[in-house]
Amino acid sequence: MDLILPDFGLLFWTGLVFIILMFILTKFIWKPILSSVNARSEKIAEALEMAEKTKAEMKSLQAANENLLKEARAERDAIVKDAKETATKMVEDAKTAAKVESEKVVAAARQTIASEKAAAIAELKTQVASFSIEIAEKIVRTELSSDAKQKALAEKMAGDINLN
Amino acid sequence: MRQILKAFNRNTRAMALKNRINYVFITLLAIFSFSTVMANTPEAGHEEGKKEEKFNVGEMIMHHIKDAHEWHLWGGHHNSTSIYLPVILIDGGLKTFSSSHFYHGTPASSIDHKTQKPVDYMVGVGPAADYAMFHEKIYKLEGGELQFEGGHPHNVKPLDFSITKNVLSLVFGATLILIVMSSVARFYKKNGAVAPRGLAKFIEPLILMVRDDVAKSNIDKHKYHKYVPYLLTIFFFIFFNNLLGLVPIIPGGANLTGNITVTFFLAVCTLLVTVFSGNKNYWGHIFATPGVPLALLPIMIPIEVVGILTKPFALMVRLFANITAGHIIVLALISIIFLNKSAAWGALSVPMALFISVLELLVAFLQAYLFAMLSALFIGAAVEEAHH
Repeated sequence: MDLILPDFGLLFWTGLVFIILMFILTKFIWKPILSSVNARSEKIAEALEMAEKTKAEMKSLQAANENLLKEARAERDAIVKDAKETATKMVEDAKTAAKVESEKVVAAARQTIASEKAAAIAELKTQVASFSIEIAEKIVRTELSSDAKQKALAEKMAGDINLN
Repeated sequence: MRQILKAFNRNTRAMALKNRINYVFITLLAIFSFSTVMANTPEAGHEEGKKEEKFNVGEMIMHHIKDAHEWHLWGGHHNSTSIYLPVILIDGGLKTFSSSHFYHGTPASSIDHKTQKPVDYMVGVGPAADYAMFHEKIYKLEGGELQFEGGHPHNVKPLDFSITKNVLSLVFGATLILIVMSSVARFYKKNGAVAPRGLAKFIEPLILMVRDDVAKSNIDKHKYHKYVPYLLTIFFFIFFNNLLGLVPIIPGGANLTGNITVTFFLAVCTLLVTVFSGNKNYWGHIFATPGVPLALLPIMIPIEVVGILTKPFALMVRLFANITAGHIIVLALISIIFLNKSAAWGALSVPMALFISVLELLVAFLQAYLFAMLSALFIGAAVEEAHH
C-alpha cells in the first residue's frame, strides 16, 4: 500500500531539488544554449538568404556579361562590315578616279591629236595651195608660152563666156 | 498520435545513430545490472548445515522498488554491505543519526491486534532508541513497542526528512544534469553559433526536440517561449533519472522516477503551471462550455473540474507504473535463476532480462518525452485563444 502513497519527506526533497535545478538550469543553462542555437539558426538562415541573393546576382551578372558579349560581337561585326564597305568603296573610288583620269588623258590626247591633225591639215592645205599655185603658174606659163596657145586659150575662155 | 510516434521514431533513430557509443555504454551498464541484482538476492544454500533461506521473489522485488534508509551494495541478509544513510527526524526538535541504528538495532516482535499473529520489526538503538522501523518507515515507540492492527502500525510517525536512497539518487541525478548541461552551455559560450560537437551534439537534438516538437507544436507560437525552460527541465529530469534507474550500481538503480511521490510532485508542477497559465478562454470552456445548454452546466462543470485533475493524475500514474513495471520485470526475470537454484537458468533469464533492459532504455526516453509532451499539450490547451 505504501508503494502508492506519497511520502512527505521525499516530496519535500524532490520539490527542493527540482525547484533549485529548474532555477539554475533556466537562468544559467537553457537561456545561453537556446540563444546560441537561435543565433546559429539565424546565421544559417542569413547565410542561405545571402547565398540565394548571390546566386541571383551571379545570374544577372552572367546575363549582363552575355549581353555585353553579344553587343561586342555585334559591334565587331558592324566594324568589320564597315571596314569591308570602306575598302570596297575605296577600291571603287580608286577605280573610278583612275577611269576618269584615264579618260581625261585619252580626251586630252584626242584633243591634241585633233589639234595636231587640224594643224597638219592646215599646213597641208597651205602647202597644197602653194604647190597648186606653183603648178598653176607652171601650167599657165606653159599655156602661155606661144601665141597660138594664148589665142586658143583666149578663144576657149571667150567660148565659155558666150555659153554662159 | 501517429505524428508523435513518427517524431519519436525519427528522434530515437537519430539518437541511436549519432550516439551509438552512449547507447552501447548504457547497454553495458544494463548488462551489469544482472550481476548486482544477483548479489542483491539472498545466497542460495551455499552454507552447509544451515537451513536454506526461502527466496521470496515478491519481497525482494518490493524491497528493491521501494525507498530505503540504506543503500544496499551487495550481500545477503546476514552478510550484506550497505551504505547507511542519515535519518533526519523532526519530533520535538531536529534529530539526526545514522540509519545503522535501525538496521543494526534490536529485532522486536508485536502481536497484531486484529490477526493475533506476531509481526517483526526493528527497534532503534542509541540515538534512535525512541523509534522503530517497520518496512522502511519510522514510527515512535509507544510503551516500548509498535501497536499493529491489520498489518499496519498505529504509532505516531515523526516528520521524516531523511536522506533516503531516492533522495540521494535525486541529488545525484540533479548534479549529473547540471554537470552535463553546464558543459553543453560552456561549449556554446566558448564557440558561439557553431555546429555542435561532443556532448552538445548529443544534447542539442534533444533540446531542439523539446523546443520544436514538444513546445512549439502544442503551445501557441507567441507564448511557447515562456514554457520551454519548464518543459526542458522536466524532460531531462525524467530522462536522466529514468536512465540512472537502469544503472544497477551506486549511484544508479534507485527506483526514483518509479516512486509515486516523485511523479506526484512532477504532475502537481504541470497542474500548477496549467492552472496558473489558464486564460479566459480556458476557464470559459470549463465553467461555461460554449454550445452547451444551461441546464446541462451543473453536470458539465463538475466533469470539467475533475478533468483538470485527471490529466495530471494520468501523468503521475503513467510514469510511476511504467518505470516501476520495468524494474519489476527485470528483477522477476533474474529471479528465475534463484527460484530454480541453478545458474543454467541464466541462459533463459539473462537474454530475456537483457531484452527488457534494452526496451527499458526506450521506455526511459519515451516516458520522459510523453510527460513533457502531455504537459505541453495541457499548457497549450490552457493558453489557447478562442478561434471560432
